[in-house]
Amino acid sequence: MSKALEAVMSYVPQSLQPFVLPTIQILIVFAGLSLLVAYLVYAERKILAHLQVRLGPMRVGPHGLLQPIADGLKLLLKEDIIPRGADKFLFWLAPIISVMAAFTGFALIPFANNFMITDVNVGLLFILGISSLGIYGIILGGWASNSHYPLLGALRSTAQLVSYEVALGFAIVSALLLGGTLSLRGIVEAQLEQGVWFAFVQPVAFFILFVAAIAETNRNPFDLPEAESELVAGFHTEYSGFRFSLYFLAEYTAMTLVSAIAVTLFLGGWLRPFPSVAWLDFLKYTPVALLLFAAYWCIVHGFRLPKGREWRWQRLILLALGGGAALLGAVLAIPAVADAVQGVFWFLLKVSLFLYAFIWFRGTFPRYRFDQLMRLGWHFMIPVAIANTIFCGAALVLWKKLEWSFVGTMWIGTLLTLLFALLLARERAD
Amino acid sequence: MAFPLLTFWLLAATAVVSAVLVITRRNPVHSAIFLIITLLSLALLYLQLSAEFLAAVQIILYIGGIMVLFLFVIMLVRLDIVTYQAPFNRQWHVAGLAALILLAEFALVFYRSRTLPTVAEAPPTILQPNTEQIGVTLFQNYLLPFEIASLLLLVAMVGAVLMARRR
Amino acid sequence: MAGPENNFGVETTVLGAEEIILNMGPQHPSTHGVLRVKLRLDGEKVVGSECIIGYLHRGVEKIGENRTYPQFAPYVDRTDYVAAVSNGLGYCEAVEKLLGVEAPPRARWVRTILTELQRIASHLLWLGTHALDIGAITPLFYTFREREEILKIYEKYCGARLTTHAFRIGGLQYETYDGFEQDVKEFCRDFNHRVDEYEELLTNNRIWVERTRNIGVLTGEQCIALGVSGPILRGSGVRWDIRKAFPYAAYKEFEFDIPIGHTGDTYDRYRVRLEEMRQSRRIILQAVESIPEGPILARVGKVIKPPPGEVYHSIEAPKGELGYYLVSDGTTQPYRLRIRPPSFVNLQALDAMIKGHLVADVVAIIGTIDIVLGEVDR
Repeated sequence: MSKALEAVMSYVPQSLQPFVLPTIQILIVFAGLSLLVAYLVYAERKILAHLQVRLGPMRVGPHGLLQPIADGLKLLLKEDIIPRGADKFLFWLAPIISVMAAFTGFALIPFANNFMITDVNVGLLFILGISSLGIYGIILGGWASNSHYPLLGALRSTAQLVSYEVALGFAIVSALLLGGTLSLRGIVEAQLEQGVWFAFVQPVAFFILFVAAIAETNRNPFDLPEAESELVAGFHTEYSGFRFSLYFLAEYTAMTLVSAIAVTLFLGGWLRPFPSVAWLDFLKYTPVALLLFAAYWCIVHGFRLPKGREWRWQRLILLALGGGAALLGAVLAIPAVADAVQGVFWFLLKVSLFLYAFIWFRGTFPRYRFDQLMRLGWHFMIPVAIANTIFCGAALVLWKKLEWSFVGTMWIGTLLTLLFALLLARERAD
Repeated sequence: MAFPLLTFWLLAATAVVSAVLVITRRNPVHSAIFLIITLLSLALLYLQLSAEFLAAVQIILYIGGIMVLFLFVIMLVRLDIVTYQAPFNRQWHVAGLAALILLAEFALVFYRSRTLPTVAEAPPTILQPNTEQIGVTLFQNYLLPFEIASLLLLVAMVGAVLMARRR
Repeated sequence: MAGPENNFGVETTVLGAEEIILNMGPQHPSTHGVLRVKLRLDGEKVVGSECIIGYLHRGVEKIGENRTYPQFAPYVDRTDYVAAVSNGLGYCEAVEKLLGVEAPPRARWVRTILTELQRIASHLLWLGTHALDIGAITPLFYTFREREEILKIYEKYCGARLTTHAFRIGGLQYETYDGFEQDVKEFCRDFNHRVDEYEELLTNNRIWVERTRNIGVLTGEQCIALGVSGPILRGSGVRWDIRKAFPYAAYKEFEFDIPIGHTGDTYDRYRVRLEEMRQSRRIILQAVESIPEGPILARVGKVIKPPPGEVYHSIEAPKGELGYYLVSDGTTQPYRLRIRPPSFVNLQALDAMIKGHLVADVVAIIGTIDIVLGEVDR
């Protein structure tokens, strides 16, 4: 691996050499992420459909597996409409800002011990900063459309994003207090050192981060900016075709990004469950097991398809998928390869759990009213987040000065926060 | 090393050009966007100086916070009238005077710095990650001024809320 | 955000200092049809409203004067088109009253079963769309799953699913099909669990409760003063149900409760309708166990020619009191036909309900009234 890299490097001028590896990594992340997001949309449609006793996409490819590609092509080929009176430059710029902000955040995410684009010592702050840039995509898009519903949607969206960013920030602070660093890699390594994922010592912060993340990405039950029954489609009402697909891409990428942040800060990033327990090392073969299961499923269903010409392609694709999965599983079963990919695997697995939760919520919850949403943010989430930060800091001092058990002191802090939240909730109810 | 110099000039040029555009654009939203671009290139310049914390804070506070509120306000107030009005139409004298004074100051500074000894190249160890040092400086060495500043902001905030309440 | 400059609506007019007018509809996804509501807003708060209706007016009552009695029966299906069977029952019974005949018992039993199924179907549709308005997308698919089973029973019975024209003056046109009882029982067997499923999704959901509690409150007195009937009236704590007060069809024979609410808010109306579905199931189960044998059509003659006179007959339709007022001059066509549609009357409560609420609540309140514009405009 490294020899091949050196061979490539020798063709590159000296001054550009530091850029080669990051460029390759960026390309991998960008391509992988685009694909992931496309299939995230597919997964959302499929999961929602199954929650709602429907089948979802079934036509394009087996079980609609090629649907995202068809959708992408359709959106690309659509007529590009710019409303009359729109601010052309900003109308063009806004979706690009959204996409850029969503993708740039991934530059700082440590996907695995051995795979990250960069590790900055203020990584967390940068992610916050970049995600706050994403607001411009929304507010400028809403304004540039020169239409009422998008503008109102954009204003709502911005107010919501700015409000929940405060709670998000405070939730992140407790993670970095525990980690003692702003570097995302450092935070994951701190979780390895402490032997516990921070979600289990700071559940309140984790919860607040999760809720704020849903609000930040405008997902149900906080999807007011796009409340179909009130505001048509919110800030992107006037967008169509490829520009719309950029917003779409940005939304789902942002979802993935906040999930990745939550996983990194609170769920141990690339670490496997119980990373310090040696006899659980066999867990590194989990991807193999999953792939073999997928292969089994594909092959069995491929053979079970009804006979006939019209099913031939479906069967062929399913069998090819099954074969590919089996092959990949076999490759991953090589111990060296298993070691190399297991970080990425666990990271992606946790992220997809988060994404599943996002989709699940969309299928389950009604929508908050705008004032209720703001009240929840300002009157409940932010005070609780502040209290949690204070108690977390106090617990840290107790732990460091008195050398009590880490988990125990943290839980004292958490319990105090919960008590505070309870009192606050009771006061709100009165 | 040509690359850092290249990025520096690129960013500096962007900052200056968009700063000029901020005051020449008629459309306030466009002005705000060029201000954002100026702030962003400044943040990137900080980054080039290894002031990572400062760069991040510049982005979070100015771009992510203050400018969003700017845009918010611009979109909420009626702008079609403002667009057609010539800005600063009654303040030429004051503005000219202020600009002259500023120009003189700059000239003075440039003139003086010509004779100043050049600063030695900083050793690379100093330019290591300095976020922690900023924290220590703010919260230990200069705790009192820092807290006074935050209190001042709090007072401003309370005042603003009070004024809004009274209408 | 208030201010005359920011006219976010489709068409706004400056009124007073801070009041703006916002037009909702007629092309709005949450007005359940072509209803147009002119809202007077103070900021986001509604200070007054005016419903502008008539976009779907077809002159159904006037058409009635130019059709014979049996000819008009299919038209009533198209007023409240999501509860066609109930409309048909009301119309047929009104004509029967005018004729002075009564449908035979078997017909009355089957009519009761089909009408109660229709009540469930109508409430299911309401629940799904109401939840959708408030942002919960999943209940719609669940309720449509059950509604589909009801529609399948209709289809098997008379060939149509929506505008069924299931009844005839004097009884039924068709005998029940083989396995009708079985289908109905099968539907009833699972149905309570299905209602529990909807309740799991919504009843104790904090967001749902916050969106519906104390929203659109109507007191019992207000309801009576406005002539509001049906679940809205019962949600406000008035125990009034025409099935109990003036029993028609075969309701006298069955045991059922009338659920009522206490505060008269959107949440109470939601609970009342859910409980009504359970009670309907109870009625259906009792009826289907005891369908008597016998003829299905009373002797009404080939040509229906009621004696001169007038009659008002009302039934408890899913949405409230559905009345038919018929004046006969002794010919084969009614001299005057008037429908008292529950949606139209209930819609008048909209103004009282949305005053003081936010724009976002208007959607929830329109949903809770459960209107069908085909019936409002006729």
